[in-house]
Amino acid sequence: MPRETVAEFSVESVQALSEDGEIDEDLAPSLSDDQLLELYELMKRSRRLDERAISLQRRGELGTYAPAIGQEAAQVGSAFAMADDDWIVPSFRESAALLTRGTDPHRILWYALGMEEGAEIPDGANAFPPSIPVGSQPLHAAGIGWGEGIQDRPNVAVTYFGDGATSEGDVYEAFNFAGVYDAQTVFVCQNNRYAISTRLADQTAAETLAQKAIAAGIDGVRVDGNDVLGVYRVVQEALKRAREGEPMLVETLTYRRSMHTTSDDPSAYRDAEEEEEWEARDPIVRFQVYLEENGILDQERKEEVEQRVESEISEAIERAKEGAADVDGADMFRYVYDEMPPYLEGQLQEFEG
Amino acid sequence: MADKYRVVGAVRETLRAELEHDEEVVLYGEDVGRAGGVFRATEGLLDDFPDRVFDTPVAEAGIVGAGAGLAATGLRPVAEIQFQSFIYQGFHQLAQHVARMRSRTRGTLTLPMTIRTPYGGGIHALELHSESYEAGFSHVPGLTVVVPSTPAETSGLLRSAIRHPDPVVFLEPTRLYRSVREEVPEDHEIPLGESRIAEPGEDVTVVAWGSMLQRTLDVADDIDASVEVVDPRTIHPLDTETITDSVKKTGRCVVVHEAPRTAGMAGEITARINEDAFLYLEAPVERVTGYDVPVPFFAREDDYVPDEERIAEGIRKTVEF
Ligand SMILES: Cc1ncc(C[n+]2csc(CCOP(=O)(O)OP(=O)(O)O)c2C)c(N)n1
Repeated sequence: MPRETVAEFSVESVQALSEDGEIDEDLAPSLSDDQLLELYELMKRSRRLDERAISLQRRGELGTYAPAIGQEAAQVGSAFAMADDDWIVPSFRESAALLTRGTDPHRILWYALGMEEGAEIPDGANAFPPSIPVGSQPLHAAGIGWGEGIQDRPNVAVTYFGDGATSEGDVYEAFNFAGVYDAQTVFVCQNNRYAISTRLADQTAAETLAQKAIAAGIDGVRVDGNDVLGVYRVVQEALKRAREGEPMLVETLTYRRSMHTTSDDPSAYRDAEEEEEWEARDPIVRFQVYLEENGILDQERKEEVEQRVESEISEAIERAKEGAADVDGADMFRYVYDEMPPYLEGQLQEFEG
Repeated sequence: MADKYRVVGAVRETLRAELEHDEEVVLYGEDVGRAGGVFRATEGLLDDFPDRVFDTPVAEAGIVGAGAGLAATGLRPVAEIQFQSFIYQGFHQLAQHVARMRSRTRGTLTLPMTIRTPYGGGIHALELHSESYEAGFSHVPGLTVVVPSTPAETSGLLRSAIRHPDPVVFLEPTRLYRSVREEVPEDHEIPLGESRIAEPGEDVTVVAWGSMLQRTLDVADDIDASVEVVDPRTIHPLDTETITDSVKKTGRCVVVHEAPRTAGMAGEITARINEDAFLYLEAPVERVTGYDVPVPFFAREDDYVPDEERIAEGIRKTVEF
């Protein structure tokens, strides 16, 4: 046969909780009510941290900050599925995922206060610091997933990046490495439909981002990224496979509801109507409706969560400010090498002199 | 007729004028179109030139590498890299192809393209938004590296860069984007490869560029010495003569830059002074630079970037030697 089809591919899309809060019984993950409430509280905590961070920045008390508003389900749902010793390899918009992994919120604020202290790896955590260069960190996750496999350990690396990042060559190299070395890696692409001002349609001619994995020989799946239960479900499955050496790309389809960072003004490139449409599809609201309708969340509990979140974030802000007052400039010399070379010692003395 | 602009406005109006002047000019980069650039340096240009201004995917290897192709078709690509450090994602294209194309094809394929990018510290931005890599670019033979320091200089140098027959890396000091507003002459070209005396003086020569230049001029005003300030403007290929002529007159020299000291341009300038003006020196050439550490996050940035005090100290030390 001179012309025949030699390969065919398809991409699945998953949604467990519909936009009006209806659950698909087959796809519903088996989570206890306490776990469901934990998911809810994590999303609320992240939202509140972002809101407070934006207002601190507006008052000149914080540097540039990249909020995850609108993306809480994608981040919390995925990070919640991880095992304790799995690795997190984030980009710069991962407040929700980091909080889910137990990062103290004051550390997130330290990073936004321009302090290396905010990029320190907490004791015992398997984590990389935030990565500013777009699309550069998935390669680290490919290496981790490969290295864990070489050493016969079960840990998986979960890396986060955006839709824009999939245009960087590094991201394709990461998929390809993961495929070649059966890396224990899950790639979570948060397709929030914007890379700063650039819409998805101007970013790629591909119909889905999930399909970008297929060219590298690994599977890709799409999930409704505003559906915390669907994300949890899909990432849980992906983690299970990755532990066996089958890497996977999960495209979470969501929407960046806020500005790109606090230095950005979205009104220059998108209209308020679009933003309102997505306000109505907010991931926290959707999940809240589900919890309320199923008698898991009542008014009293809601207030309790809100109060707890409020006081935690306020404490974190206080703690972050206290730490910021102690910044020692000489620290910039201390961690460049294991041993400080003599010329650098000289520069440090000059600095202190 | 000259309007008044800040550096960012000078960039925008020069780009607009060049798009008007030459149909072969195309402008592209991340967020340069619909949003008008993250610093608004390309605001309004997509509306005025819808067929020649392009938002690109987030892909610096693509921006630099495709530029080689665009240039080969007879266009004059003017690309923006959103922040200087992200050019590393396209550095292989720059060093392996763009910079070398003329020499390896013995002049039969040339790539007139301009890569503009904000560089240096001063705006308390996130990590990796404040680096100064002019020495690194200068270490790639075939590249021309330009750093403007005022609105009028920005316009004259950018116009020349766009019209230049070879690839130019045009480093715009972020700290200066929104500082002073001044008259920017129209259709003004400043030749690449020529330094200028920013302020004449007798006792000591200080070489500084970009955002360090204004700092140096401020120090020169206050210090008890007659300081001649030289702004190289084109960092590479460097106009050595203006510097060494000045040093022959003053006998003393300080070089100021934000970039780390080791293998920085101050070392190169010192070597050239040693080669061409050694016998005129009355003091060793002094370097006032960033430290040899990764540029710290912004809470420590002011500790890193040379300030007035360090510049003054360097000048005093040299004058009193
Ligand atoms: C290599 C690199 N290029 C450019 C930038 C500037 N930049 C920061 S975020 C961003 C857009 C990223 O979009 P996306 O990957 O979709 O992630 P999102 O910001 O939407 O979370 C750009 C271009 C950068 N940080 N790194």
